[in-house]
Amino acid sequence: MYYTYTITGLILLISFIINKQKTIKAIKISFIKFKKIFPTFITMLILVSIILFLFPDEVISNYLGNSSKFISVLLASFIGSITLMPGFVAFPLSGILLTKGVPYMVLSAFTTTLMMVGIITYPIEKEYFGTKVTIIRNIISFLIALTVAIMTGIFFGEIF
Amino acid sequence: MKKNIKMRIAYISIYFLFLAVSFVLGYNPGKEIGYNFVSFLLYMLKILPCAFILIGLFEVWVKRELIEKHLGEESGIKGYIWITLFAGTIAGGLLVAFPIAYSLYNKGAKLSIVFTYIGAAAICRIPMTLYEASFMGVKFTMIRLLFSLPLVIITSILLEKYLGKRNYKMAEGK
Repeated sequence: MYYTYTITGLILLISFIINKQKTIKAIKISFIKFKKIFPTFITMLILVSIILFLFPDEVISNYLGNSSKFISVLLASFIGSITLMPGFVAFPLSGILLTKGVPYMVLSAFTTTLMMVGIITYPIEKEYFGTKVTIIRNIISFLIALTVAIMTGIFFGEIF
Repeated sequence: MKKNIKMRIAYISIYFLFLAVSFVLGYNPGKEIGYNFVSFLLYMLKILPCAFILIGLFEVWVKRELIEKHLGEESGIKGYIWITLFAGTIAGGLLVAFPIAYSLYNKGAKLSIVFTYIGAAAICRIPMTLYEASFMGVKFTMIRLLFSLPLVIITSILLEKYLGKRNYKMAEGK
C-alpha cells in the first residue's frame, strides 16, 4: 500500500516540476472521473456490507470443507464469485483452510473466482463496459477459474 | 436516467436509515453490516485516490500515438507482454482495473489488450502473487499463473473478434 502512495507522489511531483498547468489539469480530470463513479461505488459498498454479513469467514470455511471434492469446487467458485475480499484476507484464510485439509483445487477455485469474477463489482463494470460485455467477461472468468482448479487438482494428484 | 437516480437515492437512504435505526436500537445484524460498510469504505479510500490521480496524469501526459503503436491494432505479441507487466505492477485488483482499462481504451488500446489488462490485473499482481505463494506454496501459484494467463489472453482475443463483428463501442464520458 505504502509503495503505491510513494510512487504516485513521486510521479505527481515530477509532473508538477515539468509542467504545472498540465498537472493541475490532470488532478481536475482525476476529480471529475472519481465524482462520476462515486455513487456507483457506494452502491457496491452496500452490496459488499450485506454479502459479507451473510457469508462471514466461518461460514465460508464450513462450506469449503464439508462435502465431496467436486461439490466443494463448485461451492468455492460460487462463494468466490459473490464475495469480495482483499488478497491480504483471502490468502491467510486459504492457508488456514489448507492446514485443515481442504484440497488445493477447492482453494484454487475460491481464490481465482474471488480475484477474477465480480458479481459485487458488476455495477461498476457495467458503467464502463456495458451490461453485455460485463456478463460475458464474468462468465469467461468463471470458466477460466474452473479450468485452473481442475489443472490444480491434476497436478496435486487430487483428481487421479 | 432520472428515474435511475431517484431509485438510487431511495435505496441509499433506506440503507442508511436502516443502519441508523440499528445502531440506536442495538440491532446486531444491522450494526455488523454498518461495520462492514465502514471497513470497506476505508479500504477503498486508501486505494482509489492514487488510482484516479494516476489516471488523470495518464490522460494528460501519455500521447495517443504511443498507446496506439504499442497497444493498438498494430501491436503484436509484444502488446500482450507489455500490458501484463503493466498490470502486474498496479495495486488494487478489479476495482482499480476498470477505470484504468477504460482510459486505455479511450487512448487507442485495442479491446483484446483492454480485456487482457483486466484479467492480468486480477490474477498476476506481483506483490499479491508473492504473498499468495507464501501462504499456498510456489507450486500452487505457478500452476495458477501458467494456466490462467494464457487463457485470459486467448479469451480476450476471441472476445475482441466477437465484439468487433457487432460494432461494439464503450460508453462515452465516464
